[in-house]
Amino acid sequence: MPNADRTHSVTRRLFLRGTGATASGVALLADMHIAAAADEPPIVGPGAIPLTLTVNGRNQEVSVEPCMTLAEVLRGPLDLTGTKIGCDRGACSACTVWLDGAPVASCMLLAVDVGARAVTTIEGLAHGDTLHPVQEAFIAHDALQCGYCTPGMVMSCAALLERVPNPTADDVRAAIDGHLCRCGAYPHIVEAVLAVRKPGP
Amino acid sequence: MDRFTWQSARTVAEAASAGKCTVAEAMRADTDADRVVMKAGGIDLLDLMKEGLLRPTRVINLRDIPGLDTITEDAAGTRIGALVTLEQLAAHSISRQRYTALADAAASSATPQIRHVATLGGNLLQRPRCWYFRSAAHHCARKGGEHCFAFAGENQYHAVFGHDGCAIVHPSTVATALVAFNARVELANAQGGTRTVALEAFLVGPEVDVTRETDLRAGEVMTAVLLPPMPAGVRSVFLKQAERLSSDWSIADVAVVLQRAADGRCQNVSVVLGAAAPVPWRAQKAEAALTGRLIDAAVANAAGEAAIAGAEPLRRNAYKLPILATLVRRAVLTAADVRETVP
Ligand SMILES: Cc1cc2nc3c(=O)[nH]c(=O)nc-3n(C[C@H](O)[C@H](O)[C@H](O)COP(=O)(O)OP(=O)(O)OC[C@H]3O[C@@H](n4cnc5c(N)ncnc54)[C@H](O)[C@@H]3O)c2cc1C
Ligand code: SF4
Ligand code: FES
Ligand code: FES
Repeated sequence: MPNADRTHSVTRRLFLRGTGATASGVALLADMHIAAAADEPPIVGPGAIPLTLTVNGRNQEVSVEPCMTLAEVLRGPLDLTGTKIGCDRGACSACTVWLDGAPVASCMLLAVDVGARAVTTIEGLAHGDTLHPVQEAFIAHDALQCGYCTPGMVMSCAALLERVPNPTADDVRAAIDGHLCRCGAYPHIVEAVLAVRKPGP
Repeated sequence: MDRFTWQSARTVAEAASAGKCTVAEAMRADTDADRVVMKAGGIDLLDLMKEGLLRPTRVINLRDIPGLDTITEDAAGTRIGALVTLEQLAAHSISRQRYTALADAAASSATPQIRHVATLGGNLLQRPRCWYFRSAAHHCARKGGEHCFAFAGENQYHAVFGHDGCAIVHPSTVATALVAFNARVELANAQGGTRTVALEAFLVGPEVDVTRETDLRAGEVMTAVLLPPMPAGVRSVFLKQAERLSSDWSIADVAVVLQRAADGRCQNVSVVLGAAAPVPWRAQKAEAALTGRLIDAAVANAAGEAAIAGAEPLRRNAYKLPILATLVRRAVLTAADVRETVP
């Protein structure tokens, strides 16, 4: 696994911060205990533990319980409420974010499981006031009504265009296969994405 | 979700010695097991935990164990690490070219978001989707209770074969294809030992034990799925029918692996039905109807009918039978490169 080494160093850092005198936020670490056997990997939680997440290119220090999902941590402590929670069961894709560039359901991923993998949320797509081309196209093509599914839809469509710059309508439909839009904006979403594709040579 | 402690294993041995029970054991109401369970992609685990069906004290993370996420091939066959994701399986050149039915089954499973995270090992070990099983309000036989609610209840997505006391269908879509390829699973234990067992024997029906779907033992880590080499000319086809075109569970699926002799006659064939029984269901009568025959529309049709012979549909799922027969007929014709003619 390419990230295994980096993930381990995060784990070791947790271990040291848990035992060391330099640990900040000691209260939060109160019920974090360490495995008895010296050669066993550390056991952390069930209380909050310090974690460094890379979100939208920045390292973020957060304190989370192992039972918290990435979606909860994004929307709670990190105040990145663009990511929506619909079903909370992996079935609607409203909570889609990128993990090392691949769209995943952040409601079905524990924050402690992210490790060193880079998280990108809808807030990370725009550059300041300059929207991502997919966001512009969604506006131009009326690809939303209530907007609840939109952040997730945009993440999946933008990921598709990174992989396949010139997708067909079927490629777009496959990319948004797992998304539910209760307003039924699907046809305009497909139109919007086709409008931003870059025709190949 | 209830709180739990978290431990990231660095080696298979660490995970095996930390794992205290299987998820099936941890979910039994009468359990006194130390509820320390393993996690790969975590999709099924989180699903069960959010529903309050599983309350682990500790979660052992397998995802940081190096070396379990590759697909490799040699003269003895193909080795697929247990942590390979469904997305890798769908896209990898080895699965696409040599085991097409498996790659297609993986590509048709769940959503892109889930496929990027869900692993092959976790997929084979996920718990069933029966809605009574997934509802905390129903203490059914599979959870250690007295009754199966499906026989007298809403059973449109349940089994048409092999429902001996419990009518789940096996939840794994790729398992249909893997059984058709005669896959084996490799399991490691805390003592450093490994065993390999045919997937078809590893997945157990309710007649063996209604409270578990597999022969996984406490502390065992699945390390790989092993596939025999496919001689040139073997064709494999996977077909799935769901209610919706977009991401949805199968209501019926079929895998056919077909090898023909030089004279074009069917020499070796596997026909396996998915979403039809508590385990991937080998349609032996369909295999017999094909073996030694030249495949044409009539033979393929007979195989489809043979595949559903002896089925015992429940009150609301007889609709599955013509779908299964049609999928078998189409898969056989596609594998044999015979164009379907409208009768
Ligand atoms: C919306 C949605 C749609 C879905 N549609 C489909 C579908 O069409 N077809 C389909 O097949 N599935 C489908 N699924 C189910 C999904 O594919 C499985 O939940 C997933 O594959 C489980 O894999 P995982 O790696 O996340 O397993 P985990 O949740 O990590 O683990 C599952 C089980 O396996 C055990 N385990 C995992 N790996 C190992 C190992 N190496 N050794 C020992 N024990 C291990 C765990 O202890 C646990 O009991 C769907 C899920 C969702 C949410
Ligand atoms: S089919 Fe099996 S899992 Fe579903 S209610 Fe019956 S016993 Fe429980
Ligand atoms: S909220 Fe995550 S998939 Fe629905
Ligand atoms: S725009 Fe309302 S859910 Fe899609």
